[in-house]
Amino acid sequence: MFISMFGAVESGIIYAIMALGVYLTFRVLDFPDLTVDGSFVTGAAVAALAIINGVPPIIATILAGIAGFLAGTLTGLLHTKGKVNALLAGILMMTALYSINLRILGQPTLSLHTEATIFDQLGNVWGAPIDNMLNSMLGIFGLERLPSTWGILIVMLLVTVIIKLITDYFLKTEVGLAIRAIGDNKRMIRSLSANTDNLTILGVALSNGLVALSGGLIAQLGGFADVGMGIGMIVIGLASVIIGEALFGTKTIARATLAVIGGAVIYRMIVTLALRFDFFETGDMKLITAIIVIIALISPKILKTQREKKRRIEKRRALEQEIKEVG
Amino acid sequence: MLDVKNISIVFNEGTVDEKTALNNINLSLEKGDFVTVIGSNGAGKSTLMNVIAGQLYPDVGDVLINGKQVIHLPEYRRSQFVGRVFQDPMAGTAPSMTIEENLAMAYSRNKKRKLTFGVTKSRRKMFKEYLQTLNLGLEDRLTAKVGMLSGGERQALSLLMTTFTDPDILLLDEHTAALDPSRAELITGLTKKVVTDAGLATLMVTHNMQQALDLGNRLIMMDKGQIIFEASGIDKQRLTVEDLLHEFQRIRGEQFEDDRVVLG
Ligand SMILES: Nc1ncnc2c1ncn2[C@@H]1O[C@H](COP(=O)(O)OP(=O)(O)OP(=O)(O)O)[C@@H](O)[C@H]1O
Ligand SMILES: [Mg+2]
Repeated sequence: MFISMFGAVESGIIYAIMALGVYLTFRVLDFPDLTVDGSFVTGAAVAALAIINGVPPIIATILAGIAGFLAGTLTGLLHTKGKVNALLAGILMMTALYSINLRILGQPTLSLHTEATIFDQLGNVWGAPIDNMLNSMLGIFGLERLPSTWGILIVMLLVTVIIKLITDYFLKTEVGLAIRAIGDNKRMIRSLSANTDNLTILGVALSNGLVALSGGLIAQLGGFADVGMGIGMIVIGLASVIIGEALFGTKTIARATLAVIGGAVIYRMIVTLALRFDFFETGDMKLITAIIVIIALISPKILKTQREKKRRIEKRRALEQEIKEVG
Repeated sequence: MLDVKNISIVFNEGTVDEKTALNNINLSLEKGDFVTVIGSNGAGKSTLMNVIAGQLYPDVGDVLINGKQVIHLPEYRRSQFVGRVFQDPMAGTAPSMTIEENLAMAYSRNKKRKLTFGVTKSRRKMFKEYLQTLNLGLEDRLTAKVGMLSGGERQALSLLMTTFTDPDILLLDEHTAALDPSRAELITGLTKKVVTDAGLATLMVTHNMQQALDLGNRLIMMDKGQIIFEASGIDKQRLTVEDLLHEFQRIRGEQFEDDRVVLG
């Protein structure tokens, strides 16, 4: 149990980078970008291919991010200059990327099991004493199966938090404020001399850069890149954003991005828990995800109307009480 | 400062919906000019504003700002010189962003946007000082979301955001129309103040004839895409609402028709 939850948190933190990308388009730009399903795989494919060809894993991972950035740029161009509807632009790019990803991979699945990934290299640098210390602390609680390394979790947490902090900073810069305004009031920011087309393209490109970066890391964590690994990724990203927002709030940008990371981790934990029931099969994951998103979308509204109702009933009761007392 | 030359624009040309919205409009504004614009429904007032702002591209004609041709500049480039306040109080501000963030965005209007913080300590201080001039207490609510403000407060903020970076041209399209009378008066007062303080060239569309007479140093009346009457200086000061209605009837041979007109 502990070990599978540990795995969930570990991958959740990497998926959080993808979720931050989805947050940038869906929430900040108000641009429902479906490129994600494709660009996630593009990142995985580029990283895998590069590593197999002897590129250092760290460079391969960065290349993955750049590939996603380019894919996002195309979606942005399609939407702004080509005046294609946002949803359609994303779907077109997602479809086109499927073929491109297959070309990059050369075959449906590329295995990385014989290659040294960024995590293998990390394992060499990472000090075993830290693992031993943390594991012995866990040993106190009587846990038997312990994680083989804490390195991935801790380093990836660090990387994700750094990306989060850069995102927070970026969204507060002059450029970032203008990008946020596009999602809030496009006409206004244009009348304040912002080139909304270019800023939209930049936003979508950055978003897909993060998504592909996440894809490149997940491929290295899992040891393979598969052309189908991005199916439903956008819904997973959305689930993370929505769960996070519902649980942690969105009062400030820093809070919202933290919520997205939390949401991504919790999403992984929910899926892991669900899969522990014998009833569920791996193939049910997508359905579970869709249901989570539906619940997360609908329940806040139901809760709100319930609260309103309760408030009104209480108010009425207080008024009746008052009338009784006066009378 | 602003020259509008021979502007014509026809919508849906060659269809049954063909509509000549502007028909050979010529207009020149000097620095400090404050022109009020009145006219019947569909006269082309908003269309003229949109052409000057670059939101619409005319069929023929030219727009010059400070003697420079700007007709080919897209709206976002032209807004370096042209500030606008829209009729809808929701249109001029970003509701889910804070007051200081909105001001920071407006502050970048005539500068290149960079990767440095939009709201800094020194800017916050400056924003506070500007907000104080509104007398609405907004200076104490810098980090409040603009969506929480009332329509009048938002419109006052929009006006400040448009003017505090000194645009050359200020376009106001019925910017008090959506407000209740007391708020409208507040915004009108602020408008008068910023326009005289900054000495911009201002075009203001209004459906309030008395306001059109009280404000500004020039007045134009539009109908069917044309400027049919102009008055300035002492002539304008002597005008009354009756004169305006009378003029309209004399020129057009029909009653002035405007379902939103306020005679004063
Ligand atoms: N994008 C457009 N497409 C087609 N026709 C348009 C368009 N914009 C404006 N028109 C038409 O052009 C004419 C002038 O419109 P405009 O909005 O400039 O009038 P206005 O003087 O501002 O009127 P109001 O006082 O009602 O605001 C109207 O007949 C309008 O229907
Ligand atoms: Mg109008």
